[in-house]
Order: sequence, then structure tokens, then C-alpha cells
Amino acid sequence: MIWIYLIITLLGNAPPRVFDVPNDGGNALRVEWQLPPDSLGKVDSMLILRKTLPEGKVDTVAKAFTNHPEFVDEGVNYKKAYRYSILYFIGPVQIQSKWSSPAKPIASWIDTRKIPLFILMILYTTILLVYIFTARKGRELYLRPIAGLEAVDEAVGRATEMGRPIVYIPGLSTISDVATIAALNILAHITKKAGEYETKIIVPVRNPVVYTIAREVVKEAYYTIGRPDLFDPGQVYFATDSQFGYAAHVSALMAREKSATNFFMGMFWAESLILAETGASTGAIQVAGTDAVTQLPFFVVTCDYTLIGEELYAASAYLSKEPLLTASIKGQDQMKLLIMVAMILLSLLSVFGVNITLGLF
Amino acid sequence: MHISTDPWVWVAAILTLAIFTFLYKDNPLFKFAEHLFVGVATGYGLVIIYFNAFKPNLYQPLFVEHNLLYIIPFFFGILYFSAAIPKFSYMMRWPIALLLGIGSGLSIPLSFQTYIVEHTKSTILRFPYPNAALFINALILFIGVLTVLIYFYFSYPHKGAIGTISRIGIIFIMIGFGASFGYTVMARFSLLVGRIQFLLGQWLGIHTVM
Repeated sequence: MIWIYLIITLLGNAPPRVFDVPNDGGNALRVEWQLPPDSLGKVDSMLILRKTLPEGKVDTVAKAFTNHPEFVDEGVNYKKAYRYSILYFIGPVQIQSKWSSPAKPIASWIDTRKIPLFILMILYTTILLVYIFTARKGRELYLRPIAGLEAVDEAVGRATEMGRPIVYIPGLSTISDVATIAALNILAHITKKAGEYETKIIVPVRNPVVYTIAREVVKEAYYTIGRPDLFDPGQVYFATDSQFGYAAHVSALMAREKSATNFFMGMFWAESLILAETGASTGAIQVAGTDAVTQLPFFVVTCDYTLIGEELYAASAYLSKEPLLTASIKGQDQMKLLIMVAMILLSLLSVFGVNITLGLF
Repeated sequence: MHISTDPWVWVAAILTLAIFTFLYKDNPLFKFAEHLFVGVATGYGLVIIYFNAFKPNLYQPLFVEHNLLYIIPFFFGILYFSAAIPKFSYMMRWPIALLLGIGSGLSIPLSFQTYIVEHTKSTILRFPYPNAALFINALILFIGVLTVLIYFYFSYPHKGAIGTISRIGIIFIMIGFGASFGYTVMARFSLLVGRIQFLLGQWLGIHTVM
């Protein structure tokens, strides 16, 4: 036992080593210390002490263990310097190491680990910009036909024939969700189609911001086809912010109005099945589109057509004929191609024992 | 059988049954419960937003602590109301643009890392595999990802070989959907069981689950 005390006393005098943690905002320091292998299990506990300079305030920052001689202190500030010491407890005896030399955390401007990711993003942005400029020059960009889209016109036609309204749900998410933006683009197209045949379209909205935009979208669509008289301020309205309150309201709306066509486009959560199942029970033709992977199965089983994931964005680009959106889809396609090629090549190389990560994979 | 004497349990039970009546058809009872639900939820949401968002994030720092920096978000927030004045309604686009800009800037690198890099990393075949089962698993994943990516490739028509590959892709998607459907339906059943337990146990006192 005396022997251990002796070693600890000798080592205890050795101050811990302190290093800056790279690639951070200057809020972390790594503290390292050393114990002889024989002391494992004999030191009861250890405390890491930190002295903040220039104040000299001493804090206990953590309890350490002998089997892990390292600690990252994330409670520091790059504007100050720090010194560290280890306090060992061996039975009734306490031994404190010398204080380390002052160390100051460095705030990094660039996280070097993310440079490959940055290059990938630059590459993607460049591809995107090339397509955007190409589209703006008026060159037509090809997008393959999407089955669900052809159903949109058919669904509007059916509502006209039956003399019943269309219910359009632009998802339950906020405007910052890409799916909501795509849903609003599709709403513009459907409103124009419905307006041409004077078919009523009802748009209950869950989010107040989406409500104001959806209202403008519908109004503008009627203006575009030269029928501003068709706009009824009551056809686009804020229902409720509550998820299931909204689901209850829309379910009842579909049953009461006996809508001929229901569109569910945008982001959905657990209410998706309630909405789509109620719509299906009323006999309406239903077209859905969402990028919510967990909700897609419900739409697939309850709707006549479903735009799966990215098809929703493609549909939005396809219908709006917006060069920016079409170019985005083309850019994404090229990125997918690039990823597929990278996956195949890196896998093939791995067969021959060459495992390349490119700093990313 | 010990029927509950708590009036709030009765309210909850009657409202639950009123909502269930929709299974038969739309009726005044359901209409009442629906309107009550929508109204209460909206009112409740408004109070929550006031106390959890507006008061601590704007009212307290700006009007009580006089932190003038908060005038900027206050100004942008107020612009949402410009929708009511047709002459200035274009100003509503400013906060939306700010929100979209910040949202995109924050989410794009994260999405790249999470949805592209990490998925690609997990899909690439890395030899050697410790056993045949792990290799087969990795190979299925590899083929699935490639075929699904081809399905979502919009620049080429789904004809010939590409059409066949994309059909394999849609089979993978449907298998995934099937698994997800079954899993979620089970979760929904547990919600129904929870409601029935409430009606039979807490309300009617017929059945109690320990």
C-alpha cells in the first residue's frame, strides 16, 4: 500500500497534460493524465479540478476513473485560459497533482472534417446552377411523365362531372417544409383546372402562415385564368392548429360536402390514415403526395394515386413549369447518378481490397 | 362493476363515444364533439403559444428587459399581419423569405450529412464480410438502394432496362411500405385498446388492467 502511495505521490506531482480540441468553437479542452498499471483498482476515485485564469477561480469539473485517463471539458470559453489538476483519493489519503501549464481553447474558423462535405455541396450547387441557367435560356429540360400527375386532371374532371367540390389538403406542416411549398405549387395548378370548369375547391389549412399563402395562391390562380369572380374568401380557411382536431374537422368536411375528389399533398403525420380512410369511405377519388416515408404506406393503400417522396417535388416542377424547379429536379438527378456511380465504383474497388472513403464514406 | 362518479371521466367517455359514432355516419353528436374538439384545441394552442413562445421569446426580453435587439424579430413578426392590408400585403413575403433562408441554410448541410453521406456510406459494399449472411444482407441493401434511386431518376423515361430496374425498385419500396404499415397499424391498435380500456375500466369499472 505504501508503495502505491509512493507512486501516486510521484505521479501526482506530474501535472496533467492539456490540449485544445480541434475543429470546435473554442469551447472544449482535452485533459490527459497517467497512472501506473499497478494502481488500477487501488485508487478509489479522482476529481478533475479546473482553475480559470486570470480570476483564479477553482471548480471541480468532473469525477474521473482510472481506466479512462482522459477527459474533455466542454465548459470552457475561448476568451479565457485554464489550468487543470487531478485530485486522487486513496482510502483516507488525498493527493493533488501539480497544476498544468495554462491552456487556452482555440476557436476554429473552419471545421476541417467537413471539407469533403463542403466540396460535395459546391459540386451539387454547381450542377444545379448550370441547369438553372440552361432552363432560363429557354432550353426545355426533359422530365419523365409521372403516373399520379396524369390522374390529377382526371380527378378534377370527375368532380366537375359529379357537380361536387374538391377538397385540397396542403399538408399539416409549416411553410419552411419543402413538401408544403410543392403542395402549394400543385394547388395553383389544380385551382386553375377547377376554375376552368367552375368546380368548387375547398382548402382547410392547419398552419396560419400556410393559410395566408394558400389563400393568395388560390386567388392568384383564379386571376391567371381570368376568373377572379370565382374566388370565395371562405373556400380557403384556417381550421385549427391541433393535429387531431384538424383531422376530425377534415374528416367531417369530406363526409358532409361529399367531395368527389380529395387531394392530400405535402407533409403528414399520424393523421394521414384517418384523413385518407374517411375520404375513401365517402367514395371520393383520392390523389396523395408526400415525402413523409412513414405515412406513404397509408396513402398507397387508401388513395387511387400516390406521388411517392420526390415525385411530389417533380410533380410540382412538372405542373408549375417553373425553370428553377425543373432545373432543381435535373440537378438532383445528376447528383443521384453521381452517387450511384460512386457506390458502384467504391464497392468494386473494395472487392479488390481497396477501401477508399474520400473523407466522406 | 364500479361506474365512475368523477364528472370529468363522464365527459371524456361521452365525448369518446360521440367521436366513435362517426363510424356509423355523420350525425349531430359527432358534429358537437368535432366542433368542441376543434374549438378547444385552437384555444388551448393559442394559450400555449402565448405562454411558451410569445411571452418568453418576445414580450419578456423586449418589453420587460428592454433588449432592443428583439425589435427585429418583432418587426418581422408584425409583417405577417400586412396580409390584411392589400396595399402592403407584399411585405408578408419578407418574414417568410427570412424563415425559408435560415431554415434552408441550417438544414442543407445537415441533410447532406444525414440523408446522403451516411446512407451512401452504409450502402457501399465493404469487403471482407465476417460471414455470408452479413454479405447477403449488404448486397440486398446495395441492390435495393440502386434500383430505388433509378426509380426516382426523372431525366430518363422508364423504358427497356431502366424500366425493368425501376420496377424492381418499386418492389423494394412496397416491401418497405408493407413493413412500415404493419408496424404502425399495431401502434394504432394500441391507441384503440387504450381508449377501450378507459371506457371499460375508468368509466364503467368493468375491466381493470393492472
